[in-house]
Amino acid sequence: MAGLATTFGSGAMTNSINEIPDAEMLFLIGTNTTEAHPVIGYKMRRAKRKGAKLVVVDPRRTELAEIADYWLRLKPGTDIPLLNGIMHVIIREGLHDQDFIKERTENFEALEETVKNYTPESVSVLTGVPVNDIYAVARLYATTDKAMLFYTLGITEHVCGTDNVMSVANLAMLTGHLGRPGTGVNPIRGQNNVQGACDMGALPNVFSGYQKVIDPAAREKFEKAWRVSLPESPGLMIADMIEKAHAGELKAMYILGENPVLTDPNSNHVRLGLENLEFLVVQELFLTETAEYADVILPAASFAETDGTFTSTERRVQRVRKAIEPLPGMANWQVIIELSKRMGYPMDYTSPEEVWTEMASLTPSLAGVSYHRLEAKGVQWPCPNSEHPGTPVLHTGSFTRGKGYFQGIDHIPPGELPDQEYPLLLSTGRILYHYNVTTPYSAGIQSMWPEEASELNPDDAARLGVETGDKVKVASRRGECVTNILVTDRVPPGMLWMSFHYKNSPANALTSAALDPVTKTGEYKVCAVKVEKIQEVGTCGGYM
Amino acid sequence: MIMDFVKFTINGKEVEVQAGISIIDAAEQAGIDIPRLCYDKDLSPVGACRLCVVEVKGARSLVPSCVSPVTPGMVVETHSPAVIKARRKVLDLLISNHPLDCLTCEKAGDCKLADYCYEYGVKESSFEGERHNYAIEESNPFIVRDLNKCIQCGQCIRACDEWTGIHNLNFAYRGFDNKPSTFDDLPYVESECVFCGNCVSVCPTGALTERQMKHKGRRWEMKKVKTTCPFCGTGCNFDLNVKDGKVVGVTANRASAVNGRSLCVKGHFGWDFVHDERRLTTPLIKKDGEFLPASWDEALDLIATRFKGIKDQYGADAFAALSSARCTNEENYLVQKFTRAVMGTNSVDHCART
Repeated sequence: MAGLATTFGSGAMTNSINEIPDAEMLFLIGTNTTEAHPVIGYKMRRAKRKGAKLVVVDPRRTELAEIADYWLRLKPGTDIPLLNGIMHVIIREGLHDQDFIKERTENFEALEETVKNYTPESVSVLTGVPVNDIYAVARLYATTDKAMLFYTLGITEHVCGTDNVMSVANLAMLTGHLGRPGTGVNPIRGQNNVQGACDMGALPNVFSGYQKVIDPAAREKFEKAWRVSLPESPGLMIADMIEKAHAGELKAMYILGENPVLTDPNSNHVRLGLENLEFLVVQELFLTETAEYADVILPAASFAETDGTFTSTERRVQRVRKAIEPLPGMANWQVIIELSKRMGYPMDYTSPEEVWTEMASLTPSLAGVSYHRLEAKGVQWPCPNSEHPGTPVLHTGSFTRGKGYFQGIDHIPPGELPDQEYPLLLSTGRILYHYNVTTPYSAGIQSMWPEEASELNPDDAARLGVETGDKVKVASRRGECVTNILVTDRVPPGMLWMSFHYKNSPANALTSAALDPVTKTGEYKVCAVKVEKIQEVGTCGGYM
Repeated sequence: MIMDFVKFTINGKEVEVQAGISIIDAAEQAGIDIPRLCYDKDLSPVGACRLCVVEVKGARSLVPSCVSPVTPGMVVETHSPAVIKARRKVLDLLISNHPLDCLTCEKAGDCKLADYCYEYGVKESSFEGERHNYAIEESNPFIVRDLNKCIQCGQCIRACDEWTGIHNLNFAYRGFDNKPSTFDDLPYVESECVFCGNCVSVCPTGALTERQMKHKGRRWEMKKVKTTCPFCGTGCNFDLNVKDGKVVGVTANRASAVNGRSLCVKGHFGWDFVHDERRLTTPLIKKDGEFLPASWDEALDLIATRFKGIKDQYGADAFAALSSARCTNEENYLVQKFTRAVMGTNSVDHCART
C-alpha cells in the first residue's frame, strides 16, 4: 500500500466493487480474481458479457485470461517494463489526458523521461509480450472512458512491489482514469479484514486512520485519550521482528490470529526466530504451526462468536454479529482487556461498540461511522461526520496528497531467478477452495480438496518424467517440500506454481528471502527451485 | 436521466410507475404481491411457471405478469376468479409430479411451492400419471440435489449463468423428462461446478438444499444472524443459521450490499471450521515441552507477569505484537492500543502484505 500512498496519499482501493458490471474495460494485472475473490470475479465475468473489454496480465492462464480480449502472458517480474512500454505508446501517440495531467498531477516530466526508453520492441524482448499486444492494449486503455485497473499480490509480492504499484498508478493518472465511477486503481485486498487491520493502526508507524506516530500532534491526542505517554519512534515490521528475534533483541511476542510459519516467506527462518524468543503467546483457533512455538496458547473466538466490524477491500465497514457464545468462554476483545487490567492498565469497555466509539472519536476518516449507521449496508470511509454519506470513489476533486505524483520507474529484476542448479521459477498463490488458514478445518472443503496439486507445464513434465498425480520433491536454496503434480499448460514452460494452503506441502519453506525494501513484503511470486520425482514409498503420511 | 412514467389501473386503483417495467414489479410497487416461482428480480425473466398470470382488460388470454410490461392505460386484475382458477390449475399440475413428503423435507417452512399451495388451497393433485423417481444426488459434501422436487423453474440455471458466470447448468431432455442438468447429465462433483451454492439460494423448493443443514433442524427453528464473511476482502454478507447455540449453516441474504445473494464455496460452505473438534477451547501452558491445560486466570496471570518482567528487564522494545487481518477492527484496535499504551512500543504489525 506504500506505493499508492506515495502517489495519491492514500493506499486503498479507489473505487467500488459494484461499479464493475457497468465498466467498459477491466485491466487486470497480477490478480486471479475468480479464485482469490470469487464474488468480484463473478462481477467481472458479468461485465465482460455485457461487452466490457477484458485485459489480463498474468504468466498463468487464469480463468479470466481464458475469456480475455487480450491475455498478456508476461515473464514473471517484468510488470514495470510492460507498464512502461504501454505508457510509452500512449505518450508517443498523444493519447494521454493532458488536462488531467496538468490540473491534477505533478512530476510528469520524470515519467516521460523514463518511459521514453521503453519502446514496445525492447519491452517485448524483456517481457515476452508481443509488440502488437502492447500497442493494442495501450490504445484500448487510453481511449476507453470507463476503464478500471485491478491488481493484487501478483503486483505487490515482488522485490519491486512498491515500484510496481506506483507504475500501475502512473498508468491510471496518465490517462485520467481516476476520481470517477468506473475507473480507478483498485488493489483487491486478500484477507477479510486486512483493510481494517491497517485502518485500525495495527501497523508500526501509524495509529488508527493512518495518523503517524512520529507526528507530535497525533501522539499528543492519543496520549490524552489513553492517559499514558506513548513511544515516539516507529516500531518493527514483521520481517524486522523476525530478524530482531534472531539477534536476541526481541524477547517476547503476542501473536493474535496469525500463522507466520505457514504464510510468511522463508519459513525456516521464521521458525528459528520464534524459537529464539524468551516468551511467546499465541492466540489462535487451532494448534497452528506457529502456536507450536508458544509458551502460552490462548484459545481464540471465531467471527461467529463476537460482535464487531470488518472493513472490506472497497473501504466498506460492515458489521460482524455474534451468533453463538465464544467457544473458549471469552471473546478476543475481552481477553485483551483482561490482560491489560492485570498489567495495571484497566480498559473499561463493556462491548465492542464502545471500542469502536472510542476509535472513531480519535480517527477523522471514520469519525462519522457508528454501529447504528452500519446496520443496513455499512459505510465506506472516509466518512468524517455523522451526516456524511461515505465515499464510494476516492480522489474525485483532488488526491489525498493534493496532486498525484508521477515517478519514473525503471525495471528491477526479481531477487532470485532460475539458474543451472535451480532451473525452475516458483510462483505461488491462492486457489478457489481454500483461504489462508481456516479452510483446512472445514470438513467438506478438506474432503474435496485435501492436497496440493502444483502446476507444471507439459514440456517440463516430459523432461522430468513426471505425470499428473506424481509426487515430487521441490527444493530451493532455503528449504524443500513434497507435493503432488498437476501437469497443465496453465503455467508457462519453466514455471512451477504452488498454493500456500497445505501443511504437508508448505510452499513457503521454499520462497525467497528477498523483500521489497519499503514494505518488507516477501517476494512470494518469484524464486528458483528444482524438482525431482520421488518414488512412492508406502504412504506419504496423511493430511493434517 | 429523464424517466418516463406511465399510468395504469391495477385492482381498481390507478397508479403511476416507471415506463417499461413489468406488471409484476409494478404491482409490487403498488403493494400487491403476485405469486411467482420462476421469476426473481435479480435474474432475467423467462415467463415459464405461469403462476404470475393476471387478467388484462382487452387481452385474449391471461398474461404472465413477469414478462409483460405495463402500458399506458392498462387495466389489470391480479386476483380475479379467472386468475385464481388458473393459478390453482398450475399448482395442481406442478404437484402432480412432486413428492408431498413435507413432513421430512428440509425446505419445509421455507418452500414457495408449499406456501402457494396453502394460499390457493391446493391440497393434492387431481391428476394421476407417471412420476419421476430420480436418485437423490449426495456425492458432494455441500449440495443435496433431489430432482424429484424440481419444478423446472430454471432459477438454478440462471443463477449459475448470470450470477456466477459458470453456466454449468441447462435444461436437458424433453417434455416430461425435462430437467436442469450439467453437461452430459453428470453429478455436480464430476461437472464444472464450483460449489458456490448460488443455485441452492434461489431454488424455491426442496430440490436443492445445503447438505450441512440436513437433519439439523426445521427452517423456522433457525435463528438467522446477518454477518460479514471471514474469507477474503470482498465483504460479502450472509446469514449464519443458528440452532441450540450452534451454527448449522449459511444461507444467502438478499439485503447484502456488495454481493446480494451471490456467495462462493468458502463463504457458503467453509464456515464449519467454527465447530471443528480441533478448536482450542482452553488456555494451554507449555511445561517441559508439553502443552498442559490451564485456567484463564492462570494463563493470563502468567502472561502479565512475564510481559511485565521482560519489559522491566530489557525495555519496551523487547516486545512486539502481531495482530490479525482476520480479526475484527475492534480487536485490532485493542491489540495496537495494548502494544502502545501498555507495553510502550510501536512494534505492532500484521500480515498486511500476504
